[in-house]
Amino acid sequence: MEKQDFLDLYREMVVIRRIEERAAELYQKGKIGGFLHLYIGQEAVCAGIGSVRQPQDRIITAYRDHGWAISTGIDPKVVMAELLGKVDGCSGGKGGSMHMADVEKNFWGGHAIVGAHIPIAAGLALGDVYQGNDDAVTICMFGDGATNIGFFHEGLNLSKVWNLPVLWVTENNQYGMGTAVDRASAVSEIRQKAEGYGMRNERIDGMDVMQVRADVERVLDSIRKEGGPYLLEIMTYRYRGHSMGDPERYREKEEVKKWEAEDPIGIFRKYLIDEGIATEQVLDEQDAEAEKIVAEAVDFAEASPEPGDDALFEHIYAEPAPVEYRGYALEKKSEGK
Amino acid sequence: MARMTMREAISKALWEEMERDERVFIMGEEVGVWGGAYAVTKGFYDRFGEKRVRDTPIAEAAIVGGAIGAAMTGARPIAELMTINFAFVAMDHIVNEAAKLHYMFAGQFKLSLVIRAVSGGGRQLAATHSQTPDAIFAHFPGLKVVSPGTPADAKGLLKSAIRSDDPVLFIENATLYQTKGEVPEDEDYLEPLGKSKVQREGDDVTIVAYSKMVPAALEAAKRLADEGIEAEVVDLRSLRPLDMDPVIASFKRTNRAVIAEEGWRSYGVGSEVSARIYELAFDYVDAPVKRVAQAEVPLPYNARLEQLALPQTEDIYHAVKEVING
Repeated sequence: MEKQDFLDLYREMVVIRRIEERAAELYQKGKIGGFLHLYIGQEAVCAGIGSVRQPQDRIITAYRDHGWAISTGIDPKVVMAELLGKVDGCSGGKGGSMHMADVEKNFWGGHAIVGAHIPIAAGLALGDVYQGNDDAVTICMFGDGATNIGFFHEGLNLSKVWNLPVLWVTENNQYGMGTAVDRASAVSEIRQKAEGYGMRNERIDGMDVMQVRADVERVLDSIRKEGGPYLLEIMTYRYRGHSMGDPERYREKEEVKKWEAEDPIGIFRKYLIDEGIATEQVLDEQDAEAEKIVAEAVDFAEASPEPGDDALFEHIYAEPAPVEYRGYALEKKSEGK
Repeated sequence: MARMTMREAISKALWEEMERDERVFIMGEEVGVWGGAYAVTKGFYDRFGEKRVRDTPIAEAAIVGGAIGAAMTGARPIAELMTINFAFVAMDHIVNEAAKLHYMFAGQFKLSLVIRAVSGGGRQLAATHSQTPDAIFAHFPGLKVVSPGTPADAKGLLKSAIRSDDPVLFIENATLYQTKGEVPEDEDYLEPLGKSKVQREGDDVTIVAYSKMVPAALEAAKRLADEGIEAEVVDLRSLRPLDMDPVIASFKRTNRAVIAEEGWRSYGVGSEVSARIYELAFDYVDAPVKRVAQAEVPLPYNARLEQLALPQTEDIYHAVKEVING
């Protein structure tokens, strides 16, 4: 890594943190609707994986996806526009917080049904194998909670039976909504579930981005060389609630504080200074740059137009097909024409 | 033209499309070594190999979910569900993923995906394996739902479904597999998705049907013709998109309609079609539209009771007499 790469990685993590903080504010102001799941505390995972995956590696994740969108290279402006439901959002304002994707960046979403994207990820890898894209690995993230649903087990089993190149990543942030892992999962180490499928597995630290990078790079290499799936359980922690409507009765403030002391941005900042890669001043400049990027993203998103009426009927199908019913108001409107 | 069974017509469509396009492959339970639970893919494994004829675990979410993922990368998978009753196990992937992904991500993902499933009762498989829940799947915008009533349509529609860039649920009726008909041999013979078709012309009454009720309606029409009643039989072929044009054109001439489906009546295909007739041709209505459908019970194992619950040619015949005689 060159010095600039370190700074870029640091700034990316700060941008993700600030995007999420601004998103929380905009949600409280009513500018972001629906569900909003913040990634704060988990930044080292997406930044680490995002910085070591190769361009041919597909990324697919669950609904806590804003960090992933940024780490895969989607412009923060486009992410913010999607959060505001605007036409310049990566999903044209029709997906929202939980459904970001950019095929050009090899980012395959943003999926909101717990665990449902896991068999789909196996399918992405199947597509690569089928079409002879030998060097590609599909990297699929899901929470600890998703490992208790059938989709997870069907997906893992299929990936092993067919020896598909998938890196399964459990972002273990220790709670499925408000239920602690050991209250919901028969084994408290998620990685053990891979054992049942004869699958290589490992539990690693997810708060230190350099460690995530090193571990994931090693595992991706091994998948490329030896083939087959691999499950990584990455230990992390979300500082905020599950979503914006979380009363957080399930954990003590002290627990959150303890983890905040292990803050991934703080750890990386200290590393950069201790290793002589950057000074406080240089990193402060990066912080300021990140603030600027996020402020511009919000301005861009606010200025971006709302999707028009016609957007309602676009992309129902890839091929031309009649719209069966346009809703009462629009039917009336078109009758009047 | 060649005379063949619907099973052969479906098999032929699959074979020709596999030969034509390398991106097409089949995945499902017992599709390979076994040759298909209904022998539709017999011989495929030997010809195309295990890469393109993939036996899966008995895991419907993995079958449909995996096919969705492969389709997103540009492959053209055909996922086979042994019966549509197992589609409920993969419901999320059919209605929440296949039907939504193109729209929700503003057209970024294309799902050139066919899900084949066998529907229908009449084989003494009891309540869980005998359902005709086709209408449920037709409820969801984003999914195309097709179900042929003749061998020719089975071939032409399936080939179109495989070539389509949209997810298509292709519903086959197991009790039609042995029915025979003339089928075009042209390898580019395609029937358009989302178009109804007049299978028999007549001016006295319109019978709307699809899948298994098409031969039943044609049979009823034959009996009615002996009594001087000429029924027009419109085959919907596609439940979504639903093409009402031939139905309405026919109804405006006949002013009377019977709608026949094998599934349950409540919230069913007949409900939808009759509502649209009233919306689109109210001024032409001479008699209340009649619906023929399955008795609203879970289907029993006992053969006599099962047949009693299933709609029959006889039911369509009597329903027509009622709409004509008032």
